[in-house]
This record gives sequence, C-alpha cells and structure tokens, in this order.
Amino acid sequence: MSYNLNHLKELESESIYVIREVAAQFERPVLMFSGGKDSILMAHLAMKAFYPAKIPFPLLHIDTGHNFPETLEFRDKLVGKTGARLIVGSVQEAIDRGLVVEEKGYNASRNYLQTTALLEALEQGKFDAALGGGRRDEEKARAKERFFSHRDEFGQWDPKNQRPELWNIFNGKKHFGEHFRVFPISNWTELDVWMYLAQEKVELPSLYFAHKRKVFERDGILLADCEYIAKRPEEEASVKEMTVRCRTIGDMTCTGVWRSEAATIEDIIQEVAAARQTERGGRADDKRSETAMEDRKKQGYF
Amino acid sequence: MLDTKHMELLRFTTAGSVDDGKSTLIGRLLYDSKSIFEDQYEAVRQSSERRGEEGVNLALLTDGLKAEREQGITIDVAYRYFSTPRRKFIIADTPGHIQYTRNMVTGASTANVALILIDARKGVLEQTRRHAFIASLLQIPHLVVCINKMDLVDYSQERYEEIKQEFEEFSYKLDVRDVHFIPISALKGDNVVDRSGNMPWYGGTTLLYYLENVHIGSDHNFIDCRFPVQYVVRPNTDDFHDYRGYGGRVAGGVFKRGDKVMLLPSGFTTTIAKIDTYDGELEEAYAPMSVTLLLEDDLDLSRGDMIVRENNHPEAGQDLDVMVCWFNERPLQLRGKYTIMHTTQEARCIVKEIRYKLDINSLHRNMVDQNIGMNDIARVAIRTTKPLFYDSYRKNRITGSLIFVDEGTNETVGAGMII
Ligand SMILES: Nc1nc2c(ncn2[C@@H]2O[C@H](COP(=O)(O)OP(=O)(O)OP(=O)(O)O)[C@@H](O)[C@H]2O)c(=O)[nH]1
Ligand SMILES: [Mg+2]
Repeated sequence: MSYNLNHLKELESESIYVIREVAAQFERPVLMFSGGKDSILMAHLAMKAFYPAKIPFPLLHIDTGHNFPETLEFRDKLVGKTGARLIVGSVQEAIDRGLVVEEKGYNASRNYLQTTALLEALEQGKFDAALGGGRRDEEKARAKERFFSHRDEFGQWDPKNQRPELWNIFNGKKHFGEHFRVFPISNWTELDVWMYLAQEKVELPSLYFAHKRKVFERDGILLADCEYIAKRPEEEASVKEMTVRCRTIGDMTCTGVWRSEAATIEDIIQEVAAARQTERGGRADDKRSETAMEDRKKQGYF
Repeated sequence: MLDTKHMELLRFTTAGSVDDGKSTLIGRLLYDSKSIFEDQYEAVRQSSERRGEEGVNLALLTDGLKAEREQGITIDVAYRYFSTPRRKFIIADTPGHIQYTRNMVTGASTANVALILIDARKGVLEQTRRHAFIASLLQIPHLVVCINKMDLVDYSQERYEEIKQEFEEFSYKLDVRDVHFIPISALKGDNVVDRSGNMPWYGGTTLLYYLENVHIGSDHNFIDCRFPVQYVVRPNTDDFHDYRGYGGRVAGGVFKRGDKVMLLPSGFTTTIAKIDTYDGELEEAYAPMSVTLLLEDDLDLSRGDMIVRENNHPEAGQDLDVMVCWFNERPLQLRGKYTIMHTTQEARCIVKEIRYKLDINSLHRNMVDQNIGMNDIARVAIRTTKPLFYDSYRKNRITGSLIFVDEGTNETVGAGMII
C-alpha cells in the first residue's frame, strides 16, 4: 500500500487544518500580513483552506512607514487576488498621536514600535485570533511556541506557562478580552517554504530575487541605503552598488540584504540549501541581546 | 539534488530523566548532520563562553528561553528541524523534570519515534519509567533507548547490557511493539551520526541511520474510514451558488469518489459526489490529508459530525473509559465537570468514577487512592452530555484521543486516551 504524503503535502495539510480550526473556533480572526514570503505562503494556504469560498477574515498589515516600496505594491495586488479585506495599522500614526516615541540615533528602528500599533489594531478590530506566519525554525524563542498561543488581556506571552497542546486538538478557549496568536506554519523551515512556493508557482515580490541596489555595511550586515537609516560618516562613504537579494522582508531599517546572484526560485532553493547562516542572521532587531526575540514576544510582538 | 517528491516526514521526541542528555543529543544530531548555521553556532559558542563552560554547550541550541539557560534545564518543548536527502525530521526536545511532564506529553503526542535517554552511570530512574510508560500509553510506534554518557563508564559493554536488561524487565509489561537500544555519547558524538570507534563490541546502527530507515509507512490507520467535519464551506457566490462542502482532515481510512457513506449522528446514508481541493478534484483521500467532501444529497451535517463508511462504524456513546494524564495543580475532581474536546467535537462531561491510579514504578493499579494530582496517570469513567463518535486509542490516535478543559480557567488540564 502506498498511501504516503510527501513532506510538503503533509505540512500543507497540517496548516490548512489549523487555519480552518481558527475559522471554526473564533468569532473574529485576522491574518497578519507583512508582505514577506511567509505571509504570502499564509495567504496562499488560507485560500486553499476555504476554496471555493473567499477567506472568511480580513488581512492586517502593520505598516512601519519604512517599507521597501515594492512591498506595498505587491501587498495590494495580492490582497486583490484573495478578495479579502485589508486593514492597515500605521506606526506613523501612532507616533503622530504620541502613543509611541520614535527612536533616535544610528540604530533607530520602528520595529519595536510595531508591537504597540499591532496591539492597538487588534483591540480596535476586536480580533480574538491573529494568524501569523511565524516559524519555529526562525529563532530559539519561536522554537518554543505552540500553534495556538494564548495571550492575556495585555497581549503578553508567558513562555513558562504555556498550555499543553496535544495531538491535533487545539484549545482556543479564552476569557473576554484575551486573544490568541496562531501559527499555522510552525513546522515549516525556510527551505520548505521555498520548495513549496516553487512547486505551487506562487508569485513573489522582486525583492527576493537578485537585483542591483545601493548598500552599506553595518556590524557585518548589508543594509539597503535609504532615507530611513541615519548613516555614520564612514558608512556614508562606503555606500556602493551591489547585486543582492532579501531573505526576509521587513522594515528597511533592520532587514539585511545578502549578496546573491539568485535570479529564479530554483536558484534561491539551491542557495538556501547551501546557506551557512540563518535567514534572521541579517536581522539587526534580533541582535540587540541574546533574548531579544523572547523579550519582544512576551510584550506582544508578532 | 533535492528530491522533494519522495521526502517523508518523521516526527520524533526525546524523553528521559533530568540531565540524561536529551538536549545535548539533539544539539549533537543537528551539529553532526551539518544542520547548524554558522550564526547559530557562534551565538551558542559565545553564550557557553560567557557562562564559563568549557567547550561549546550544544544543549543551548534547543534550550532557548532565558529561564532555561539560567538553570541549565529544559522547561518547555523546543521544536527543531533538519533533513537528510531521505527525510525531513521534526524534533520535539522535551523536559525531563517531573514538574514539566505535561510539556513532555505535548511533544510526544504526535511523534512516530521516541528517543528515551538513560544516563549510563545512573541506569533506569523513576522518570525513565514514567516517560517510557507515557510513550507506550501514547502509542508511539517506535522506541529507541539511547544509553548515554558511555564516555563516563569507559564505554563498558557490561554496563550497557546491564541497563538494557533493567529496561527490558520493565518494558515487557508495556504495550510497545518496537524497541531498539543504542549505546551513545551525546557529548562526544559516539554512535549519533558517526559510528563510534570506542565501542567495537556494538554491532548495531547509529542513531541517525535508524531514524532515516525506520519504517513509518503504516503508522496511520488506512482501514477504518473516519472524517470528522471541521468546517462547512459555503461560498454563496454566483459561480458556486449551491456549493456546500465539508472541510476536514481524514482521520482514518481511504475515501473515494462514489463511496457510499453514512453520516453521524443522523445515520443518513449518501454517496461522495466529489473530493474537492484548490488544486482540483481528487479520486481518493486518506490520512492525514485536508480536503473538502461534497455529498450527493443535501443532508443536515455540521462541525463535530462525522462521515464514515456504511459498514464500518466508530463507537458511539456517552459513557467512556479513558486513561488520563493529569496536568494541573488542581487535582482531578471526582464528580467534577469538564469540557471535552474530541476531534472537531466538543461536549461537557462529568467524572463518574476513578477506577484506579497507576503506580509508575511497578505499574501496579491502585484502586484505593482517589487523589489524581499533577502528572498522575489514572483510568476514569466519564459520562458526556452528548454522544461522541470514537475508536479506541489503540485503533486510531485521532478518533481515540481527547482533552479535558477546565471550565473556569479554560486551561487544558488533562489528556485522555479512550480505552
Ligand atoms: N560526559 C558526558 N556528559 C554528557 C553527555 N550528554 C550530556 N552530558 C552532560 O549532561 C548535562 C545535562 O545535559 P542536558 O542535555 O542539558 O540534559 P537534558 O536531558 O536535556 O536535561 P533536561 O532537559 O533538563 O531534562 C550537561 O552538562 C551535558 O553536558 C555525554 O554523553 N557524556
Ligand atoms: Mg533538555
């Protein structure tokens, strides 16, 4: 008997199960959409989960105002394709209203301010489940997260006291005011994501493919030269054009780019399979301390 | 180079007492199979140095929480991934500490293989027995007993055989089908990925070889057709005006288009008109596929109901006997009421009787002790508010499992395996 699913099909099936479970157990779910490959995968899986019906919940983008311009364009196109509603939570607006204060200096980033904007958007929309594209292989604190991750009324995560999660039974019960973060692609690795996107022929933003861009180096990481980053004089002097691509897409101030010639998704797969650095190795936001991710997650980060 | 079409997924978990070397083993496995990235290794090396440890502490690759690193123990399951050309592995590295048994059960509940570690100096401990028993209770199909820290007992064959015998004296009483023994040193790497030159007396395979080759094709049930309805798909668009599909994940058996099926609880019979997916129609669907079934007739069917074959039914009833692993500080309450989550179904239940509590060391059934506290295992009789459609856990891990939820706190307080 050869009733055997290959590993990508099994991962797909698991994710669809989790996404459907969210639609069934919660009243107001929302899908957090950053524009990166993981959220593109999430949107694709959500379309599959409800086909031929539309995705029965909106997408939420927390806009730092410091995006690669390509991201917003791509976002709007994809949202159009899914037919879902888009909600945008703006960090700029949170700054303007005095809800958060912009960081200053060379390492200033709006990454941390996103948490406030996110929690506010969740509260305003009265969302009780936020689906995210976090994967356990990304980072050591993420490696500890459940599929259904309970958040208290302050949106905080308590890593030492997570609910046991057995088999494929997901307990989404909560008190009023609490919510869940749900991570349907927990078990996918970076390589799985790429292999699957290739197999499914999913359209991707051009940022993931090799392109020429002005960059400069900081702490061993290449950053895109842009108006949002204050450069030191020696960095200013070292700006040069290189052929690079993004391995993750986030806020421009903290997303490193990599030297690469990968022009097709097959090239990317080869590159990722041979990579000796994790994709988050280029994320300045993770490097602030040994437990930077855990600390942010406790507060309610993605 | 990457043959993704035929790559299988294998899930395994670690088990065993505190400090037996579970996290170190996983670190070693990742490191020697070249699955560690340079920046991860560098971060762990720096951390080990700051801690004043000699060498690089590979356990830090999975012990990712601040509290874990401070105490040098694992608190919650860490999931790690690696692949070889044949298989993708999902590892659940679980805590050995008794206080966190529930996290061990979380990691073990979906595993195909459990690695049970034993410190060669200490031999079989109470936690070893508890975890081996939980692994058998969870019906993890394959157990590998890794007798670890062989470097600290001079790679002694005698010691290895002694522990093997000690474990077997206990495990013959367990319901396990496939047990393997491997002498290893997680710290030094003997028999993890590479064969050890220190134990020429050992003729078996390395751990990685075992994991790549163990047969897992028959770990699912392909005989008894079970389809718990998870979500009703109703597009309500012009193109799909009358479309009504039943989304769900096959829990057992093989469903084919044209099959005669019965719906539970109504008992109506009908035919599968179509097995639908985003990628087009399928001829058949089997576990663990997520699909959408369309039926010939318009009948009442919603989340929590089940589609089965006409002549092969699950049990249906309100009185169930379950083995329960208790997770909460607040003991299980006799006559207490809990919410039960079972497949896509939900019900309330009352605990009618505590039949016995299990003594982990002797596997003796204690009929007198009615106090079922955190980490205890007991057999209980429950009555549910409505009928559940279930199989014994031995027959089907999906339709045979349920969880207990506290109605006040909403916490998951127990895991139940239906007898
Ligand atoms: N000499 C020697 N020491 C080992 C070996 N394996 C693990 N250790 C040491 O044993 C200690 C505990 O190892 P861990 O891997 O943290 O143990 P654990 O089983 O994960 O512990 P918990 O997760 O807290 O239950 C560490 O100091 C390891 O370096 C081995 O094969 N030989
Ligand atoms: Mg450990």
